[in-house]
Amino acid sequence: MRATCWEGKRTVKVETVPDPKILNQRDAIVRITSTAICGSDLHLYNGFVPTMERGDILGHEFMGEVVEVGRAVKNLSVGDRVVVPFPIACGNCTMCQRDLFSLCENSNPNQWLARKLWGHSPAGIYGYSHLTGGYAGGQAEYARVPFADVGPLKVPSGLADEQVLFLSDIFPTGYMGAEMCDIKQGDIIAVWGAGPVGQFAIASAKLLGAERVVAIDRFPYRLRMAKEKAGATDVINYEETSVSEALMELTAGRGPDSCIDAVGMEAHGHHPMYAYDRAKQALMLETDRLLALREAIHACRNGGIVSVIGVYGGFIDKFPMGSVMNRSLTIRTGQCHVQRYLKPLLERIERGEIDPGFVITHRLKLEDAPRGYDMFLHKEDGCEKVVLST
Amino acid sequence: MTSATHRYDPASAEERRRAGNGGHADDGERLTRALGVFSIGLGLAQILVPRNVARAIGVDGDANQKTVRAVGFREIATGVGLLTQQRPSRFVWGRVTGDAMDLALLGRAFNSRRNDHGRLAAATAAVAGVTILDIVASRRLIRSGDDVTIGTSTRRQGIRVRKAITIKRTPEEVYRFWRHLENLPRFMAHLEAVRVLDDRRSYWKAHAPLGLTVEWTAEIVEERPNELISWRSVEDSQVPNSGTVRFVRAPGDRGTEVHLDIRYDPPAGAVGAAIAKLFGEEPSQQVDGDLRRLKQVLETGEVVHSDSSIHRGPHPARPPEEVPSQAAHGGSRSFASQRGGF
Repeated sequence: MRATCWEGKRTVKVETVPDPKILNQRDAIVRITSTAICGSDLHLYNGFVPTMERGDILGHEFMGEVVEVGRAVKNLSVGDRVVVPFPIACGNCTMCQRDLFSLCENSNPNQWLARKLWGHSPAGIYGYSHLTGGYAGGQAEYARVPFADVGPLKVPSGLADEQVLFLSDIFPTGYMGAEMCDIKQGDIIAVWGAGPVGQFAIASAKLLGAERVVAIDRFPYRLRMAKEKAGATDVINYEETSVSEALMELTAGRGPDSCIDAVGMEAHGHHPMYAYDRAKQALMLETDRLLALREAIHACRNGGIVSVIGVYGGFIDKFPMGSVMNRSLTIRTGQCHVQRYLKPLLERIERGEIDPGFVITHRLKLEDAPRGYDMFLHKEDGCEKVVLST
Repeated sequence: MTSATHRYDPASAEERRRAGNGGHADDGERLTRALGVFSIGLGLAQILVPRNVARAIGVDGDANQKTVRAVGFREIATGVGLLTQQRPSRFVWGRVTGDAMDLALLGRAFNSRRNDHGRLAAATAAVAGVTILDIVASRRLIRSGDDVTIGTSTRRQGIRVRKAITIKRTPEEVYRFWRHLENLPRFMAHLEAVRVLDDRRSYWKAHAPLGLTVEWTAEIVEERPNELISWRSVEDSQVPNSGTVRFVRAPGDRGTEVHLDIRYDPPAGAVGAAIAKLFGEEPSQQVDGDLRRLKQVLETGEVVHSDSSIHRGPHPARPPEEVPSQAAHGGSRSFASQRGGF
């Protein structure tokens, strides 16, 4: 089959590799019809995530048709159309039974590696370095789906790929970001980053009843999408306006009730701290740039919630713990427990409350994946979300 | 654990001799100091005149300048460690590791026709000699009680590993699965087979480093159903070993805590362990992996594989050309079919 492979920093190639095989009885093989490039794939692309190996197949947002099932898979049949959640979860362990699927205790065969860096290991993830299991990813013609009796969601034929594909990651991730804000009547939510996850965080905050939702980014086309499609009430371009001043004005000095960091480890900015983080990252003294998160913490109202769904990999510096402690802030975070959101969010799509396809700006063939990565990285041609089809 | 294994036995004349001056421990220290000075001297030469060093051992001076310099830096670091650290045995083991690297590099140098094979042979013999000294020094330091690590301890007794894991199954289920000893190779990676001989005794066969196999007979010495199993190898075993596994109900409806405590003497004692370490078969990590696989088998039905984990050693995350037999094995032996063992 053809598959998008990581071949080193900022190099991906579509290569011919062996077809996936059933390795466990609860596996299924899926023929992929649509797959997408995620913002977190750019962290891998840029070489910021350790334990990548040349030849790793990338991709954790994919859907398709079941073509083979292992002996223990009773709920799926060949021919079923499914969306696959990005965290691999067994459904049996204590974490899975508590609906914390991205913390599955059994799906990461490289737990020892993850434990060295993080203390304990999270779940395995498709195409997302060897820290999270060394699983082949879904930017390919076929993928092996472990625990197929737990993860994949069967989708009705009436819905197009583009309407349901993002149930695999970015829609539930954005939704969880908003859900962690415990939104109450009158709440003002600020969202750092108007990339695809940020767009879904904004849309979800609206769905969950926020009074106002403020989008913060530096690309006018992304802010335009946030306002016109996702439903942001206000936008701040941090290259033109001081974010803290704008937020203070918008909230009459209170600060947003909750702040969502949908940026993560490769934050940009004009603040002198950007140069500081950039330099320390280059010298490997810190692995993650913290600009957006620092700003979110400072901006958040007393006793508010900072919800972190942007991806971080390792260590951060100048973390404003004093602000968190003295002002009773709550930090909530996590890789999305996608499995718990699949059905409720599918229902919202079916009811027409949201059409997740609004983030798509580029539709390419799988063979054009390298161009997709390049465009997405450099934000060329108004690139927000690239979908690859086979 | 530290105090438990470092028990001073007044009855042992040997111990008394060692504890006094002029014993083995002191010899070990003197040898260690000498090795430290030697390391620094060699390191300086390698950094300052790498080409001459390369030529002296019979390899191309220009092509290998960088490698020789890198080895020089390692030598100096090890030397400084040996002379300044309170617990030099780690650095002596560092030297043993370094020796193994050097032997590997020299071995590779034999492949190149440009190198002087006569000088290479002499250099290899010299490194082999130094390796023996390093091993002697480290063994003496270990006997003098220098080296203790938590979790895994290297001691007179060989190796002791203590690990625990929580499994979402009842103690009865976990105990029954374990007590059916033939199940053990399903999750203990180094075990090839366990055959039950009678109620207490069983025959074990395991993979050892460097493609060897070892075998022994074990007997259960204590057993409390659903709580504990203790075993040890019978006398004259190739790999004297013993262990205890305890099953404790975990708090908060989280199943069973499995506490495993294993001691064993690898074939060549501590040296075998160091060599095993070099090949990535570090005992603590191995036991950790074993328990993780036990959890997978009991919770999900089988050992969980990723596209890279089915290979020994690093492999890109992509499907295999052919499924390695280890994985196929795991796949074909289902939890359901073993359930009778419960």
